[in-house]
Amino acid sequence: MARTMTYREALNEALVQEMERDQSVIVMGEDNAGGAGGPGEQDAWGGVLGVTKGLYPRFPDRVLDTPISESGFIGAAIGAATRGMRPVAELMFVDFLGVCFDQIYNQAAKFRYMFGGKAVTPVVIRTMYGGGLRAAAQHSQALYPIFTHVPGLKVVLPSSPYDAKGLLIQAVRDDDPVIFCEHKALYDTVGEVPEEPYTIPFGEAGIVRDGEDATIVALGRMVAVAVEAADDLAPSGVSCDVIDLRTTSPLDEDTILESVENTGRLIVVDEASPRCGMAADIASLAAREAFGALRAPVQTVTPPHTPVPFSDALEDLYLPDAQRVANTVKDVMNRER
Amino acid sequence: MTETLPVTAGVLDERRLLDAYRTMRTIRMFEERVHEEFATGEIPGFVHLYAGEEASATGVCAHLDERDAISSTHRGHGHCIAKGVDVKAMMAEIYGRATGSCHGKGGSMHIADLSKGMLGANGIVGGGPPLICGAALAAKLQNTGGVGVAFFGDGASNQGTTLEAMNLASVWNVPVVFVAENNGYAEATASSWSVAADSIADRAPAFGMPGVTVDGFDFFAVYEAAGEAVERARAGGGPTLIEVEFTRYFGHFEGDQQTYRTDEVARARAERDCLRSFRARVMDSGLLSAERLDEVDREVALLIDRAVAEAKEAPKPTAADLETDVYISY
Repeated sequence: MARTMTYREALNEALVQEMERDQSVIVMGEDNAGGAGGPGEQDAWGGVLGVTKGLYPRFPDRVLDTPISESGFIGAAIGAATRGMRPVAELMFVDFLGVCFDQIYNQAAKFRYMFGGKAVTPVVIRTMYGGGLRAAAQHSQALYPIFTHVPGLKVVLPSSPYDAKGLLIQAVRDDDPVIFCEHKALYDTVGEVPEEPYTIPFGEAGIVRDGEDATIVALGRMVAVAVEAADDLAPSGVSCDVIDLRTTSPLDEDTILESVENTGRLIVVDEASPRCGMAADIASLAAREAFGALRAPVQTVTPPHTPVPFSDALEDLYLPDAQRVANTVKDVMNRER
Repeated sequence: MTETLPVTAGVLDERRLLDAYRTMRTIRMFEERVHEEFATGEIPGFVHLYAGEEASATGVCAHLDERDAISSTHRGHGHCIAKGVDVKAMMAEIYGRATGSCHGKGGSMHIADLSKGMLGANGIVGGGPPLICGAALAAKLQNTGGVGVAFFGDGASNQGTTLEAMNLASVWNVPVVFVAENNGYAEATASSWSVAADSIADRAPAFGMPGVTVDGFDFFAVYEAAGEAVERARAGGGPTLIEVEFTRYFGHFEGDQQTYRTDEVARARAERDCLRSFRARVMDSGLLSAERLDEVDREVALLIDRAVAEAKEAPKPTAADLETDVYISY
């Protein structure tokens, strides 16, 4: 039987294997070793997410705790990347990008272009995003569209333990700056993960369900939501392609368009706010490139344009779920033109 | 808590004295020429000139070699020249030419040469210090003996990035020298107003490092303070903050009417100028002759003439260059 592990363990294994393979890989972030300077230093937290647990005792020189200074250490990771290192920095919650964004979008993202193609900045910024843990407005956002908007960054959103490991190893080996977005509700999900190191190329979406009637494009945790909806629809005779984007930059336009050419219907499920998000972006792609194939208007399933609410009664309404996705697919099926 | 170092002649041999003079003169002539050419309208964009501040970049970078990295500012031409970036490529970059340091994609505010450890002039005030912490961390982990130097202005001394970087450098004990170039004004706002301390160097003890204030018109004072700081960093002794005080000779940007100040530039040029004082010092002490220094002046003038002529003749980037160099692979 194939080995299974959690999304968190898959990420940890990717880091361990890359640190063993390449001395230039270093890890840094708040509590990443955990307890630095205190008696608990050897029994480390491994980050508030627990993803880096156990790395410090194995690689004491290459796992660095940092002060709560996101501009300082995210910038330091970027600077070290220009000088031969492959840093993996942890931005604990993506919501904290506001206190370090300059180093990411004005520095790391622009070096290569701005310096005439001579800069190499192989930095990975791991960050936790998304709702569902009642963490409220400043710890629940899905801000990956902001990174996707910036030329020079690559943006990755693994939806499963298998993808988490393969995409993180690819991110570490990639020579461009990578924003690696981990959904906080996925850390304990379990799936098959091979023991040996492997990579999943960026810009190649996964097709997680094959169907003929509609295309559902999803990313991150919304992939599981889309799959649940597709499974719910199957008994009624509606079969859906479910496409997992895996990366929003680069974006696998071909896989989306091929599917839409086949099904004629497109629903995009995105946990990010609706304005200027991936749902709108992919809807516009279909309008530009697959207009002739569309048999109904493209529909998007996103949260409302509000901050993320705290109360479970509100957050459950805020987040797209399988029922909303299935209802949207049914609506699209009924809007034959 | 800070000390003002005594100014001594130092122990520079003739070759190193000439190198320092040549670097300062190159920066001065480069900037004065860019000032003239900008006025003709031929240079596009935003340009911020370093003239008057030459002793800082030169006095610090005289201690650096290929192991070392520097970050710079929007006023970065002097740092580039002092770290060995090709002057002709710099001028071509300022003119937006394909032969420029960044192939015309960066411009004055983004000249860089990573192969020389010059991590870029930087359009973001306070953008550089965090990057230099990382460069210093890399040097420490790679055991190269290299150091990182973050040049920043009095404006950036108030940015959170700079303060975070100073704390981080001490916490990590990485080899960084922070050089606060206090030219009196952040854009048009006086540092005497914007810095809530007697001096920028006074902030050093709060971040667990020594701080000194030096006369930025005096190459030897900067050289001596920087030498001590670089030596301490290389030996694993941690970071230092050096505040360098002087006056910038031109406006914040080219075109600045400078209504916020009166006669201080004229006085500085007449009484304090770093090139004038350097010449006087080395000639009075018999280390270099006027003839030898004048020869350097002529050589530099020729280099700048050629740099401008070649930049004006050089091709601009083409449509084929617009979408290249964003990613290594995409």
